[in-house]
Amino acid sequence: MMEFYFELPLWLRLTVQGLAVIAVLFPLAGACSMAERKVSAWIQGRPGPSRAIVPWLAWIPGISLLQKLGVFHFTADGGKMFLKEDVAPGSVNKFYYYLAPLIAVVPALCTVTFVPFGAYWDAATETMKPLVLANVDVSMLAVFAVASLGVYSLILAGWASNSKYPFLGGVRASAQLISYELSMTLSVLPVFLWVNAPGGEGSLSLIHVVNTQAQPGLWGGMWYVFLMPLSAFIFLVALFAETNRQPFDMPESEADLVGGFHTEYGELKWGLFFVAEYAHMFVGSAIFMILFCGGWHPFPWLPLDTLLGWLGGIAPIFLNPVVSGVIAVGIFLAKLIFSIFVFMWVRWTLPRFRYDQVMKLGWQKLLPLSIGNLIFYAVAIAIIERS
Amino acid sequence: MSFKTVERRPLSLAERTYVPQILSGMKTTFKKMVKPKETLNYPEARPPIPPGYRGVPTLVKDPNGREKCVSCQLCEFVCPPKAIRITPGEIPPDAETAHVEKAPEEFEIDMLRCIYCGLCQEVCPEEAIWLQNVFSVSGYTREEMVNDKKRLYELGGTLPDDHYKWDKKKAAEEAGNPHH
Repeated sequence: MMEFYFELPLWLRLTVQGLAVIAVLFPLAGACSMAERKVSAWIQGRPGPSRAIVPWLAWIPGISLLQKLGVFHFTADGGKMFLKEDVAPGSVNKFYYYLAPLIAVVPALCTVTFVPFGAYWDAATETMKPLVLANVDVSMLAVFAVASLGVYSLILAGWASNSKYPFLGGVRASAQLISYELSMTLSVLPVFLWVNAPGGEGSLSLIHVVNTQAQPGLWGGMWYVFLMPLSAFIFLVALFAETNRQPFDMPESEADLVGGFHTEYGELKWGLFFVAEYAHMFVGSAIFMILFCGGWHPFPWLPLDTLLGWLGGIAPIFLNPVVSGVIAVGIFLAKLIFSIFVFMWVRWTLPRFRYDQVMKLGWQKLLPLSIGNLIFYAVAIAIIERS
Repeated sequence: MSFKTVERRPLSLAERTYVPQILSGMKTTFKKMVKPKETLNYPEARPPIPPGYRGVPTLVKDPNGREKCVSCQLCEFVCPPKAIRITPGEIPPDAETAHVEKAPEEFEIDMLRCIYCGLCQEVCPEEAIWLQNVFSVSGYTREEMVNDKKRLYELGGTLPDDHYKWDKKKAAEEAGNPHH
């Protein structure tokens, strides 16, 4: 099986790898919509969607747990969205109207290419080898570059809908995403200043960032969320704004804009916007976990290598490349799911900011704060490394 | 007029960052999340009905199985939306309860008209019509929403009787006191 896989031509292997990652991310992003409904229900003291079940599966013992979790509601909703009639309002600009959801999904799923999502134990070199679709040295930059393309979809959707509410939503989206991108980018710079020691080769690689959080010693094993809490905080706030989540969901605020940029959208096109939003959330949380929370390492000061070393002492199966890879991806996914849960938790806790408050917070608070943060860490790192 | 000036302190630095407020809000919602759910799983779980609840009007029988209604038509007369329609009938002389003389031949309550006011129950001299605890009525046609006599007895069932008024009257008659 493995030999067969490695004998395939490279382009086919890469396609299979890419499809495998998308095959995980796409349903996960869809399942998030269900999770959103469940979390909102639990916070509001409701059981949430819990009735639907496929009649000919009802005999399976334990399936009522899936029913309670609303899994069949999710599949029914998804199926409905695929089977609905494709309607476009007469007033829209057809070409851009159909283009916008595609532009939303494609960059959202493309960013995954650059995000490392695990590592496996390589017995030959006795080290952890990262699992990533494209192991490039500029992965951080690439993620920012591709993810920021997503704003075009919102602008296009708002403009092509040829209606006032979507237009306002699109305008808001572009203003908000551009203003928070600045502080987001500035907040990750201290991490890379710290990671790239002078004399060594400079790198913007996310894998490198994860590895530097798993070094021996008090400082080496520390996650950057402890070392640079302000950076992490600014990044998180900007992430909420970038993914259009409450309290920053200006582009689609139902109360004043009906549905914002997707007011005129329905069926699968609307669904694609949501898959894109949740995919953005996944990638954004992945970047946050990689930069500040040690990626696939289970605990601060306890890297996965050490843990696998212990487990390998008990049972050598844990040093199998597949098993160790599954463990690493599992830990990383657990962190991601927790972070998605926090996104939802915050959404059902906080009210929405007013639009001027969003702008004020972005430009007058967060941006100076991130610049100050950058200067502070630049000076501090210069002093530490000089001594 | 006396009034109190509320002191408005300027926000502290911690309050201006929103962070402690956001965290305390998240604490509140998390507590709500782990608490038992408030929602009733309705069709399976039913809410408790308090005593004295006025649900769908029904006809009842006494513990001996005698239908209590004597078709005096007082409820028909008092019903504000005219939901009740009674066709009076005679009890055949060979029946065991022949001394009651009258019983409804047909008794219809139109649930599309009924306003659940309970006046029929209040006016009934025989305690034959009761508003009980059925609160959910549905149907596909207007005809389905009219409860006929059979359906009314199905809904009503049997209620305890404190008086056995007609049994006493019969007993008194047999004891030679026809004016009881």
